[in-house]
Amino acid sequence: MNVKRALAALILASTLVAAGAAPLKIAVIMPSATTDMAFSQSMWQALLAVQKSAGGESAIQLKYTDNMWNVPDAAAAIRDYASQGFDIVIAHGSQFGSSVQEIAPDFPKVTFAWGTDVDTYGLPNVYAYTAAAEQGGYVNGVLAAKLTKSKKVGVTGPIEVGDAKTYIDGFAQGLAAVDKSIAVSKTWTGSFSDVALMTAAAKTHIANGADMLTGSSQSVVGSIGAAKEKAGVLWFGTQADQAALAPALVVASQVYDWTGMLSDILAKRKAGTLGGIAYTLTLGNGGLKVAYNPAYKLAADVKKAGDDAIKAITKGTIKVQP
Amino acid sequence: MSGLSPDVLVGIFSTMMGLAMPFLFAALGETFAQRSGVYNLGVDGIMLLSAFASFYVVVVTGSPWLGLLAAVLVGLAMGLLISLVSVTLKAEQGVSGIGLYMLGLGLSSLLFKVLVGTVKTVQGFRPIELPLLSGIPFLGPVLFRNNVLVYAAFLLVPLSWWVLERTTLGLDIKAVGQNPAAADSLGINVDRVRYFSVCLGAVLAGVAGAGLSIAQLNLFQDNLTAGQGFIAVALVYFGGWNPVGVLGGALLFSVVNSTQLWLQVLGVDIPSSVAVMLPYLLTIVALTLTSSRDRQPAALGKPFERGEN
Repeated sequence: MNVKRALAALILASTLVAAGAAPLKIAVIMPSATTDMAFSQSMWQALLAVQKSAGGESAIQLKYTDNMWNVPDAAAAIRDYASQGFDIVIAHGSQFGSSVQEIAPDFPKVTFAWGTDVDTYGLPNVYAYTAAAEQGGYVNGVLAAKLTKSKKVGVTGPIEVGDAKTYIDGFAQGLAAVDKSIAVSKTWTGSFSDVALMTAAAKTHIANGADMLTGSSQSVVGSIGAAKEKAGVLWFGTQADQAALAPALVVASQVYDWTGMLSDILAKRKAGTLGGIAYTLTLGNGGLKVAYNPAYKLAADVKKAGDDAIKAITKGTIKVQP
Repeated sequence: MSGLSPDVLVGIFSTMMGLAMPFLFAALGETFAQRSGVYNLGVDGIMLLSAFASFYVVVVTGSPWLGLLAAVLVGLAMGLLISLVSVTLKAEQGVSGIGLYMLGLGLSSLLFKVLVGTVKTVQGFRPIELPLLSGIPFLGPVLFRNNVLVYAAFLLVPLSWWVLERTTLGLDIKAVGQNPAAADSLGINVDRVRYFSVCLGAVLAGVAGAGLSIAQLNLFQDNLTAGQGFIAVALVYFGGWNPVGVLGGALLFSVVNSTQLWLQVLGVDIPSSVAVMLPYLLTIVALTLTSSRDRQPAALGKPFERGEN
C-alpha cells in the first residue's frame, strides 16, 4: 500500500506539473478544529501531506471550514464550495452524509467525498470512506490488558455510532483476548463536543478505580486532562497521535492516515472516475497505524504483544468484530 | 465498589460539586442582572471568551490567579458592552444577548486558533484539602477536597442572598427591576444600578468560564462551554430569581448528571441515550412544577425611559 501510495503521488505530481495544469482545488468541511488532536486533525494533516507530495500550492489548493457542529451550516458550506468551482469537496463527518446525497447530483463535475461511512448513495461523483477503527482498538485493548494493575478499565465515548463505537468494541475485544477478568466500564456522553462532561466521565472512571482509560471523539482531550491528575493512570488514543497532550501517560494511539485514500481519489479523478468507490482504512492497507509514544517507556513484552496483534490482524488470523 | 455503596455516593456527590461550580457562578451573576430588570442571554459567550482569556494567560504566565484576573477583566468588558447596548441604547435585550453570545463564541475560537493553535493542557487551580474537615467521613471528600473556585461558588450563594435581601444595594437592585419609575422617583439612578448589576453578572460569568478552563478541565477547546451558559440562564428561572433556588437548581442538574455518569460506569442496564437525557428531562419537569412567573421581576426585559414608564 505504501509503495502504491508513493507511486500514485508521484504520478499525480508529475502529471500536474508536466501538464502545467491549473491547481486542483480541494475543500474540506470538518466538524471540529483542524487542531483537535483527533478526527478533523487527521484529515487536515493528510491533505497537507498530499498537497506537499503533489508539489505544493501550485499543484493543489486547499481550503477548509472547521467547527461545523451544525449540520445545516455544513450543508451550506458544501454547496458553496461546489458552486465556487472546487474540484473536490470533502464532507468529513458521518453526520454530513444526507447533505452530500442531496447536493452531489446538482454538481455532476465535482467530486464529493464523505465519511465515515461506506455508502456512495449510488452516485457517480461521490466517494465514501471509513476506518476499521476496531482493529487499532483491539491492539490498544491488548496493551491496556497487559498494563492494568487494578483490572479496571474505563472508556469514554460520545455516541454509540460509527467509528467511536467500533473502536470501543474492538478495544473491549482486545482486553478480553488477554484477560477476561478485566472489568470494562463504558460511558457515553451523548455529545462529540462536550469536553466538560467527557472530563467528568473520565474522573468518574478514575474514582471507580480504573487505571487504564481510552475514548473516542474530539472531546476526549478532557478525558486526557483528567487522567493527568491521577498518578498511575494511562491513556490510549485513537484517530490522531495524542502523545503530545500527555507524553507521560499516553501509551499508544491508533492514527488514521487518509493520505493513501486521498492520493487514490485524486488519481482516479484524473483518470475520469469522479466517484462511486468506498474506502476502508485498515491496519493491512496502511490506512491505520499504531503509533507508540516514544516518551512512554513501554515494556518490551507488552510492545511485542501489541506488535503480534497488529501482525495477526493484518494477516487475518485475528478477526476483530466491528 | 458496586451498587449505591458509600464510596459510590461519595463519588456521585464529589462529581456534582465540580459540575455545579460554573453553573453557580454564571446563574448567580445572571440573577443579579435579571433582578435589576435586564436579562443577558450572552452568558455563554462571556464564559467562552473568559475561558479562553484565562487559559491563555495561564499558558503564558503559568499563574492561575492571573488567569482568573484576565477572566474577570474580560467579563467586565463584556458586561460594559452589553450594558451599553441594553441599558443606554435600550436595544431589545434578547437579540443583543444572542449577539454577545455569537461574539464570544467566534472571538474565542479565532483567538485560540491564532494565539495557541492546538489543544494543550495547563496546570490550573489544584484541589485543596481543608485540614481536619477533609477527614470527616462522607462530607470530607465531598465538601472539603475541591479547588478554590468550587469553594468560592458555594460561598457566593449566601453572600448573594445577603446582598439582595439585607443590603441597601440589594434593595436598589430589586427596586429598579420591579418598578424603575418608582425607584427613579426615589432618587435611585436606574441606569447606574443596572450597569452595576449586569457587569457584576458578566464578571461572575467570566469566573464561570475560568472555572471550566483553568480549574475543572485545564484546557481550552472551541465551544468549550457546550451551552452551559444557557443552562445557567434557565437555572435563574428555575430558582425563582433567588440565590437559594438557583443553588437548588444547579445541584439538581449536576447531581442527576453525575448520577447518570456513575450509572453507566457501574454498568446499570440503561440505554446511554436515556442516561444522558436524564438531567435535561428532570430539570424540565422540575422547572415546570416549581417555576412561577409571580416571582419574576416586573420590569424584566423592559428598557427604562424616564417619563415613559
